[in-house]
Amino acid sequence: MTEPTQREGGARDVLDPVLRSAPSAVLFADADGGVVQVNDAARMLLGIPPGGPAPALPDWLARAQRSLGERTRPGGAGTGRASTGPAARGPIGDRVVEAYPVPDGGTPELTAWWLVDVTEREHAAFLIEMAEELPEVLNLERCMEVTARMAARHLADAAVVVVPRSEGSRPVACSGAGGRTGHGELPIDPAEVEGLADALRGFPPVPPRWIDPLTAPAWLLGLAPGRPAAIAVISLPGHGVPAGALVLMRMSGPEAFSVGEEPAVRLFAARAGAMLSAARLYGEQASISATLMRELLPPRALELDGVEVAARYRPSGDEDLVGGDFYDVFPAAEGGSRAGALAALGDVCGKGLEAAVLTGKIRTTLRALLPMADDHRRVLELLNGALLLDGAGRFVTLVLASARRQGADVRLRLTGAGHPAPLIVRAGGKVEAAPTRGSLIGVLDEIEVTTVEETLGPGDTCLLYTDGITEAVGGPLGDEMFGDERLRAALAGCGAMPPEALVERVHMLAAEWVGTGRHDDMAVIAITAPARGPEGRTS
Amino acid sequence: MPADALWAAVMDGDEYAATDIVLAALDDGMDPEDVLMDVIAPLQERVGREWAANRITVAQEHTATAVNERVIGAVAHHPAVRRREAAAAERHGRIAVACIDGEWHALPARLLAEVLRLRGWQVDYLGAQVPTPHLISHLHRTRPAAVALSSSIATRLPDAHAAITACQATGTPVMVGGAAYGPDGRYAALLGADAWAPDARAAADRLARGPLPEPLRRRTVDDLPHLADQTYAHVTGAAPRLVRHVLDGLQARIPAMADYTVEQRDRTAEDVSHIVEFFSTALYLDDHELFTGFMAWTADILAARNVPPRFLLPVLDLLVEQLADHPRAADLLTRARTVIEQHPPTPPAPGPPNEDPDPAAE
Repeated sequence: MTEPTQREGGARDVLDPVLRSAPSAVLFADADGGVVQVNDAARMLLGIPPGGPAPALPDWLARAQRSLGERTRPGGAGTGRASTGPAARGPIGDRVVEAYPVPDGGTPELTAWWLVDVTEREHAAFLIEMAEELPEVLNLERCMEVTARMAARHLADAAVVVVPRSEGSRPVACSGAGGRTGHGELPIDPAEVEGLADALRGFPPVPPRWIDPLTAPAWLLGLAPGRPAAIAVISLPGHGVPAGALVLMRMSGPEAFSVGEEPAVRLFAARAGAMLSAARLYGEQASISATLMRELLPPRALELDGVEVAARYRPSGDEDLVGGDFYDVFPAAEGGSRAGALAALGDVCGKGLEAAVLTGKIRTTLRALLPMADDHRRVLELLNGALLLDGAGRFVTLVLASARRQGADVRLRLTGAGHPAPLIVRAGGKVEAAPTRGSLIGVLDEIEVTTVEETLGPGDTCLLYTDGITEAVGGPLGDEMFGDERLRAALAGCGAMPPEALVERVHMLAAEWVGTGRHDDMAVIAITAPARGPEGRTS
Repeated sequence: MPADALWAAVMDGDEYAATDIVLAALDDGMDPEDVLMDVIAPLQERVGREWAANRITVAQEHTATAVNERVIGAVAHHPAVRRREAAAAERHGRIAVACIDGEWHALPARLLAEVLRLRGWQVDYLGAQVPTPHLISHLHRTRPAAVALSSSIATRLPDAHAAITACQATGTPVMVGGAAYGPDGRYAALLGADAWAPDARAAADRLARGPLPEPLRRRTVDDLPHLADQTYAHVTGAAPRLVRHVLDGLQARIPAMADYTVEQRDRTAEDVSHIVEFFSTALYLDDHELFTGFMAWTADILAARNVPPRFLLPVLDLLVEQLADHPRAADLLTRARTVIEQHPPTPPAPGPPNEDPDPAAE
């Protein structure tokens, strides 16, 4: 044990033995910021060699001492009131320290400062924040911002995240003092920043590299709150793909990470890299699926040559966008004009994406067969042949409806192939089933179908639907099938409804019937003869 | 703006007449936002009130709503609106507007989407009945400044709670609105939404004032500590059984039910099921007024159909029989019983549909 350090003219010669061996650092400073006495723990913290003289207070602590002096001067605010929190915090060596003053510490001229080493707490807070915030995000931009913000808060004064992109521009997120985060695309050349190109390559991961701030390009310096004293470039390795790089800028301090910082920086880089690459992969997958889905997703509402058509679709799984039910609507111009517009609605065996791919094939085939849309039987025979050729043993049930406006009426030709019969909802509420029947498509070499003709008067609707509607199981008692009778009873109240309201009504009834239970794909098309024309005539 | 003519056109399902009236107002220089909020929104509210008072059928409600949707579509294409949107374009960020799964009333959300577009937001309008997984993947992909969720039906609030917390877990702040949250938005705070707005204009004003705060990340959500008693879980799990018990019990007590047609039977089952839904939602929110208010409304509707409200008492008694072990449930049923017992036997005579002079003035 060394004797307490004593400055010339110091007020006290001997430090209380209790204080001297206290596990917390305490130092006594005079009003001018001179260190008068330190205990053993403070000696360790400040790195004073045994017998060595007390150093000057660190700048941040000296400032705190001065402002404390101003406040406790007679007439100053806050005289004699001890506050509970730390009065100041700052670095001592590679530690982060909080300082708690005891004004009037023993003698009026001296302030006792308790110095609490919070370095570990800071690291722990950083690690917790890392664990909490990083995995939350699946959006690349947001990931970049979170990474930049955390790095700026814990590792530097400003941080810039750069992620690789194809030629030219690279997205950049930067965060400066105060946690403000910006995001932009800069046309940058990674070669301009020493080590950045290597770091962006990602593999093999390179260690953090301190670079000369004088060599930094203007775009980088422009993102810092001032002139940086030290700049580090850190690679962010992802899941086997280059995820990006982190540039840290410090306004002061050494060009090195402290012993305590090193592992935290490594961990942070690995976590942030993994998160960025997960977000990037998710984004790419999502955009690929969105592109594929667009092709498979049916159109919603259409007006076809004076015939109103609305359709609605709900796949069985909440996660799915597509399924095994399908519909499509083709304007007359694409088929023979004699036949009018063609609507097709059907149900392939199976569910999910595989079924959806088959519905895509069927819709493409139907489109190719449009020139012969006059002849439903011929279209279905060719489709049957195509499915048999496919050899996958998949079959489909469907209904074809050709609709042509004739005056105020719509002439319909309907052909069903192994599918529930279309229902005609008259404007007055009468519901009739169109008596068309036929065999499944894709099973037998020869098919048998009958086509029926119907006329829709103004306000009449023809409803095509899949069995996902009528076979929905649920209801108030939980185990009943919705059934044809309930559908027809509900439709009886739907005379003269606009087609989109009708398909919504049917979907809503089925959805409410199943409640939270499981259900099959559901598809509905309504083909309506307009109740009135644009001129307001009730034709 | 000839409000009566517009109302007549909408009730008649005449989209052309309705569109003409609204477009004429725009031609005359009426502000597009005022058209949406002071003409179409009150019109739709009136449709909702007429339906709630049993003065129009569900089919009429759907038709009127479809006409309103078409009118909004026509407004969106009016040159005045497109000029305004072009001038305001890209002034703000991106917003997602959606109805949660099970919510079919898309019109309030649609109005919000159009008002936000007029104010310069880039709006992704996802429509009615959006399954939460779709909503979440949209948020991950597009990263909007906020997501606005609309709910009209109170019984969907437990699902709304799930959707709100799921959206917040992506770091996206959630603004909610719609009749389901109560006139003062009381359920919005209860369910932890980041903001609530009474209508589209207020929502747009709030968003214009500055970004919504980022939602707190929460590992577990204990907004509703009363759920710990498992009453809600029990009632929702047993709902079909409860409905069957009530129906069997009613049949034993009301001999006339033996002669019910299939449709009458279905209708009764639906009514009972609806009561159980409101009951369980009130248990979820721990808000007895939600249930007693619904029961009082049901009593009004029954009275309008010349069914005495006392018909509801055996329903409540039969439920109590099954739920005596659940104090919160039993208490709620007792409160509802008191409300029904004190309910006037005859209705306050809902007038004919066209008695309402001017709904916008209310």
